[in-house]
Amino acid sequence: MSRMTTYERLPQDDPERQKLREAAIRPMVQKPGRGYKLLVGVLGILVILALVAFYLQIVDGRSVDAYSNEAFWGLFIANFITIVGASYGGAVVSAVLRLVGATWRAPLVRIAEATAVATVIVGGAAIIPSVGVPGRMWEFIARPNFSSPLIWDALAIGTYAFASIVFFFLPVIPDLAVAKETMGDRAGKTRTTIWRWLSCRWNGSGRQEKLLGRMMTILAIMIIPLAVSVHSVLGWAFANTSFRPWWSEELWAPLFVIAALYSGIANVILSLAALRHAYHLEDYITERHFKSLGLLMLPFGAAYLYMEVADFLPGSYHGEPGTAAVFKQLFVGSYAPWFWLFIVMGIVVPILIVSMRRTRKIGWIVLAAGFVVPTFWLNRFLMVAVPATYDMINGSFGTYAWTWENIAITLGSVAAVPLILLLIFRVVPILSVTEMENMEMESLAQEAEALMHAGNGNGNGYVQREKALEGTYRPGATDEFEEEDDFARGEEEE
Amino acid sequence: MNEDELSKMNGSPPDEPEPDLLASLVPAKVADSLDGDEVAAEDQPAFSRRQFLTSLAVMGAAVGLGSQLVKTPAASAATTTTATQPAQATSRTRATLPQWTMIMDLRYCNGCNDCTTACQYTHVLPKDITWIKVYEMSNPDGQSYYLPRLCQMCEDPPCQAVCPVGATFRNDEGIVLIDQNVCIGCRTCMAACPYESRYFNTEPMPTVPKQPFPPSPEWPVPQQMNTVGKCVLCAADLSKGMLPSCAQACGMGVIYLGDLTSDVAVNSQGNAVKLSQFVKENDAVHLKEELGTNPRVWYIPGHGQDWKDSY
Ligand code: SF4
Ligand code: SF4
Repeated sequence: MSRMTTYERLPQDDPERQKLREAAIRPMVQKPGRGYKLLVGVLGILVILALVAFYLQIVDGRSVDAYSNEAFWGLFIANFITIVGASYGGAVVSAVLRLVGATWRAPLVRIAEATAVATVIVGGAAIIPSVGVPGRMWEFIARPNFSSPLIWDALAIGTYAFASIVFFFLPVIPDLAVAKETMGDRAGKTRTTIWRWLSCRWNGSGRQEKLLGRMMTILAIMIIPLAVSVHSVLGWAFANTSFRPWWSEELWAPLFVIAALYSGIANVILSLAALRHAYHLEDYITERHFKSLGLLMLPFGAAYLYMEVADFLPGSYHGEPGTAAVFKQLFVGSYAPWFWLFIVMGIVVPILIVSMRRTRKIGWIVLAAGFVVPTFWLNRFLMVAVPATYDMINGSFGTYAWTWENIAITLGSVAAVPLILLLIFRVVPILSVTEMENMEMESLAQEAEALMHAGNGNGNGYVQREKALEGTYRPGATDEFEEEDDFARGEEEE
Repeated sequence: MNEDELSKMNGSPPDEPEPDLLASLVPAKVADSLDGDEVAAEDQPAFSRRQFLTSLAVMGAAVGLGSQLVKTPAASAATTTTATQPAQATSRTRATLPQWTMIMDLRYCNGCNDCTTACQYTHVLPKDITWIKVYEMSNPDGQSYYLPRLCQMCEDPPCQAVCPVGATFRNDEGIVLIDQNVCIGCRTCMAACPYESRYFNTEPMPTVPKQPFPPSPEWPVPQQMNTVGKCVLCAADLSKGMLPSCAQACGMGVIYLGDLTSDVAVNSQGNAVKLSQFVKENDAVHLKEELGTNPRVWYIPGHGQDWKDSY
């Protein structure tokens, strides 16, 4: 059968489709309003300030950002863990939803994956200000010491960053063709050139689509253990290297993984909400998505709470001097307000919000996510700084001072994430049009059936395990159709 | 070293030297060993080793010239003369190389901080960087005692294992060193060291007077900003037969430099002892032995320490 590209298979002049495509390219064509300019300006200034502070600390020494011999690790390590952790959410949410074939994922995977990419880039960069002599970081490659957990850290994060960028990029390729077609003359020279570079000679043939689908499945499977390993290695960078109380815990690796998942999903919720609002995507990203993501946060939040208890109880109960001293600092000592703030606002309140039906609304869920992200940063800071300031000889605690430089670098790295996201969506459609159209196509039972019987499958080879089509942006799927789908897949696999 | 300062540091002789310690002071034997290179080996193996001669010579000179227990500025001049003798360590195989250790005789530490000052002076360190730091510790019975902490020169140093770029290494004489031309300043080693021995050079270093050696891991003066530094046991001085500057400065004779190979330890007071025996008889302990880092520094408790507060 002569192949048509995915979008050619659908009726071309369908107003719904036109609307979807326009929505997907809205960030590229929308005239930058005053709010937008202001936002970009502020974010840009924050990033520049951070760079200035970074320069200052190289020239004047690390004391300008609060490093002392009483607190050798602190803020930047916490930033690093938090931002890389945020990336985990986007990548894993998207990968898991792909693997279980949750069709409702289609409108949000692009934003989730882009968030993962933006945060992993910024997160990787966020460790640089923590290193004393950043200019020597090439030694990680030139003279690695493989017994050091840090080398494995670097390896894991490097691999994961690469994988998540590819994972983001692959489904973008067919969308570039869509964007090109939709944009027409509006695209402009620069963008067209970039697209030509990025599109990798995509012509939308069935073979390419099949390849792409297979690649995505493999990547989706790969990215989960990769992400797990990244966050485990991060935890082990504390647990393995150190005899310090609380750091040397067996539980730290899973604790890091769960924390990353939980706060990562919250992070996806936040960027979904912001972009949905900014680019008027209300028709596509609906309350249902927020509800599902919110419910997804629930088990991870509960698991984290449970593991915190499992982490703290034995240490506080038998009270080894070091562990007891650190826990005392947390529970009733000078860090207690922050610690309890984290427990309440970071875990208890968000869990309550998403578990009660009355508050399971967009606004509330976004609020819950808004609590989770900063409090988990706080949590990481406590995890890093409290044991680091502890003196292993006489059991006293050093102090951690704040300077404008370290706050500037922190704000700058936070600001860089939305800036990169805005930049990405200047080039890449904000909705995964192809995927959404594929889903839509499934719901157009007639046409889908015809195509399926011709042996094409739906052309993208995504694993479709879940029956419920409920919740696609275009309701109308029927059970009969689902059966067809299964039947067709059976054929495809033969 | 500044002479005023030095004499100030050395100005306080032990209040009540223990009789057995006095008995083991050995200026005569030192003189013997200086004259003839070999001394009857069996009964005094300690003094028959060549590699230790020079450091004993320092003490001999100190004792002889000053004819008292404390080292005078003149003695420090003698030290410098001794230091010009050619280093003897060059042609040895590893088995016969000295393996440096330290013994801290806490019974005499009065917390005067002279060691810290001398170390900071020698290595041109800012005030808050204390490669040897005297902690005031308290016993459960409410009394306090002093604990000078320096790098324990662990035989299984966790700081070396975790260094991602191999900047921390252990040399053939058992001294753990940092190559500050390689160190990236990630401070993982500070997380790993259970003795708080390591310091991050957060600020530009003070200007440094002309040094006898160019900067090297053994003599990391001046320190490089944004890298990690720690006690190096004055590695460059040891080969010249000098005591580390903290040991030289300790007027109480708390700090012994020891060598496992020749089984000798000496302090600034000219007290030379048979290391293994000294350690055993005085129930010397390592700090946090349970961590398996195998430190090379011994501490002789004497104030009823129960070491429960080793965290
Ligand atoms: S005391 Fe600390 S710095 Fe010294 S060798 Fe041991 S672990 Fe390393
Ligand atoms: S701070 Fe320097 S010596 Fe310490 S682990 Fe990092 S690179 Fe190695």
